[in-house]
Amino acid sequence: MMSGTDLPPSARTSMTQANSPDRTPTDWTSPVMRKRIARRYAQERRFRLMGLGAVALSAGFLLFLLVSMVSGGLSGFIRTEIKLPIDFPHSPLLIDPAILKSANAERALANANLPAVTSAAAKAAFGAQGGDAILSDSAWVAVKDALIEDPGLLQRQAVIAVPAASDIDLAAKREGSAAAEQIVAQLKGKRALATRLNFGFLTASDGTDPTQVGIWGALKGSLLTMAVTLLLSFPVGVLSAIYLEEYAPRNRWTDLIEVSINNLAAVPSIIFGLLGLAVFLNMWDLPRSAALVGGLTLALMTMPVIVIAGRNAVKAVPPSIRDAALGVGASPVQVVFHHVLPLAMPGILTGTIIGMARALGETAPLLMIGMRAFISAAPSGFTAPATVLPVQVFLWSDEVSKGFVEKTSAAIIVLLVFLLAMNGLAIYLRNKFEIRW
Amino acid sequence: MNAASIWLVIIGLAVIAWLSARARATLMEKSAGRLATHSRAQYHGWYVGLWTLLPAALFLIVWQNVSPALVTNSVLTAPEAATLPTEGFSRAAILSEARNIAAGRQQSGFNTQSQALVEPYRAAQTRFDIIGALLTVILAFACGAFAFTRIRAGFTARTRVERLVMGALLVASLIAIVTTVGIVASLLFESIRFFSMVNPIDFLFGTKWSPQSAALGYGNKNAFGAVPLFWGTVFIGAIIAMLVAIPLGLMCAIYLTQYAKPSVRAWMKPILEVLAGVPTVVYGYFAALTVAPALRDFAVMVGISGASSESALAAGLVMGVMIIPFVSSMADDSINAVPQAMRDGSLAMGATTSETIKKVLIPAALPGVVGGVLLAVSRAIGETMIVVMAAGLAANLTLNPFASVTTVTTQIVQLLTGDQEFDSAKTLAAFALGLVLFIVTLLLNIVALRVVKKYREAYE
Repeated sequence: MMSGTDLPPSARTSMTQANSPDRTPTDWTSPVMRKRIARRYAQERRFRLMGLGAVALSAGFLLFLLVSMVSGGLSGFIRTEIKLPIDFPHSPLLIDPAILKSANAERALANANLPAVTSAAAKAAFGAQGGDAILSDSAWVAVKDALIEDPGLLQRQAVIAVPAASDIDLAAKREGSAAAEQIVAQLKGKRALATRLNFGFLTASDGTDPTQVGIWGALKGSLLTMAVTLLLSFPVGVLSAIYLEEYAPRNRWTDLIEVSINNLAAVPSIIFGLLGLAVFLNMWDLPRSAALVGGLTLALMTMPVIVIAGRNAVKAVPPSIRDAALGVGASPVQVVFHHVLPLAMPGILTGTIIGMARALGETAPLLMIGMRAFISAAPSGFTAPATVLPVQVFLWSDEVSKGFVEKTSAAIIVLLVFLLAMNGLAIYLRNKFEIRW
Repeated sequence: MNAASIWLVIIGLAVIAWLSARARATLMEKSAGRLATHSRAQYHGWYVGLWTLLPAALFLIVWQNVSPALVTNSVLTAPEAATLPTEGFSRAAILSEARNIAAGRQQSGFNTQSQALVEPYRAAQTRFDIIGALLTVILAFACGAFAFTRIRAGFTARTRVERLVMGALLVASLIAIVTTVGIVASLLFESIRFFSMVNPIDFLFGTKWSPQSAALGYGNKNAFGAVPLFWGTVFIGAIIAMLVAIPLGLMCAIYLTQYAKPSVRAWMKPILEVLAGVPTVVYGYFAALTVAPALRDFAVMVGISGASSESALAAGLVMGVMIIPFVSSMADDSINAVPQAMRDGSLAMGATTSETIKKVLIPAALPGVVGGVLLAVSRAIGETMIVVMAAGLAANLTLNPFASVTTVTTQIVQLLTGDQEFDSAKTLAAFALGLVLFIVTLLLNIVALRVVKKYREAYE
């Protein structure tokens, strides 16, 4: 690999000089040599700075990405509310006050013409022309909740904070359209604006109005999908890691298994989506968009990761453990399941968590099996139509309505929190339980 | 009785069998003496439990696949079925509707005839469900009892259970092969159907990509020329992304292995790993929302024509950043694998650290670095979400990085997420593209691994 010609010129010249007996010694203090050394040192400093710059640039990019997501998304957890004065005794509300104390108050209120009540109140308070347009479509739900909490409100005039419409929300938080900004300024003048934590974002599902959407549906879909993935890929991955590392004879079949596992680990994720579409959906007729199919597809993708991590963990257990167990009469299966596997478990779990984190962030294969459908309710089971967090991010990023921008970033924050928690757990496990032999 | 409860019943039976067999074996161990028994009590338990569970479970799986056909057959013999249309699509439609109503998946039928068939369906379904459940439970009992009678002091329960465990291990590791075969088979099968509609030469060398026109009925000729897609993929994944990832990744690896203090290294490596762990959809959103508009504004300001809000440059730059940790860790490995003696020799000759790196370490580690770059390229061209969100859909054959190009993965997503029948050339084209992608990434991986392996051997 190496030859004299690859060495730095300075080194080469000094080498030839050292070989000849009657050389004149290099005058290292001469201006020429000083200049040359200074140049080489400057080059050294430049190179070092370039390295530092590359590292700083990469870390800076990560920082920029995280900061821009967090700064754009945090406002998605907050909602703007408008303090709406409602005069209940004079409103077109169709309800018997007695029913509010009974158990089916919820259903009675849902049929009590509340949307008309809120809209009339908004028109009375904020102008007949479009006074009700500044409220979210779900404003009446807030009124309903207030009434259930305090049925006494029906007898008097009350001020209830209801969610604002999406463009008002945007204008209040950062910048909206000129018209919306003007309305916000007026509302601020009347002290009718308030902000509150938007718990609905964590409990609601997808929708068409950005003020009402939430990520619970996607989160539940993700959890169901991950459950299927874990249940399938973990046992299969661990068992095949044990087989390949402990029992497999060295022959052509074993080589074939190893080659396919290494290849599967490098196959683009979208190819797994094509496999899922062709086999699980078209051949086996499993339901589209279901957590079951998503989990199956991701399990195939995650399994090679677990096998590779598992093999390394099993390989790291020293042979003396096996010899000792065999020596006291354990069978080969007992050696592995009683001694090697428990010792390798921390390493296997670390690899599994990293594989699961990758599966949690995966989008492309799930788009292939139909998980991009609009689903407005949280999935009820493994075969119900579902969506997952990254796909929800993708769907919201495609929305035209501007209110979805901050929701997309907010969903990304939730996704990143989960991923960081999983990676943190993996690092903790590695540091806490890993045994260095 | 539905399927889930039958499963619960046989699992419960297996647990009971496990417990009772273990109890019996424990008694036997006490009476015959610990040394006279071949296997410990729990192995007898496992043996009987597995005998109870496995044959019944196997039967149940077969039954659940066979019984729908049996049910349909028995319904067809019912008098209500005599009025059905004899053959074809409407017959199948009526039958499936009746089946859905009987199973409670559907409220009312579209066909009046299906309404009449609901009752026979429900009756047959119940009948066959009961038959299946009875057979399963009887099988579980019979097999469990057979195994239970074999509990003896000299019975080799452990050996048999362990043989089954070894079988399970082998089956688990064969799943990798099955998956690979499944991928190749499904891609090949659908691609062959596609190539029966579209000439492979036109597909691989045609320069006009407009599957929309084929779907609208203008014919498949000149609609599936994939060269613009290949070019877009190479342009983004192998050129722009690598122009970002190779210098930055390599310099990161050099700095972290050669210059950084251990404490800095301990902090920076996990940070780079986080960069690799960010989901691609987040990168895609970042590219589409922040990078692409900025680049378009820049292009408009400088006066470059053809600037689009979805540009190859935006997707490529962000993808390059995503690949940095990958290149960096591969380069890290190869630089660390260079024997210390070479580095010491160069430093002893008076070379500065940077001269040693540039003239000794990098040339020596080059094969490993090249292998790593090839793996990075294979990952970049298979990357989907960034290009779907930031690169656009226009199949342009252009050198302008500010213009919109499309890639293989983008088109796969685009072709398969619309609403069209599965047999059209348009959807099948996605599988042909997938096949090309699979083959190219496979070749890149094989070459890369071979290069890396050969080079490692050189120093061992």
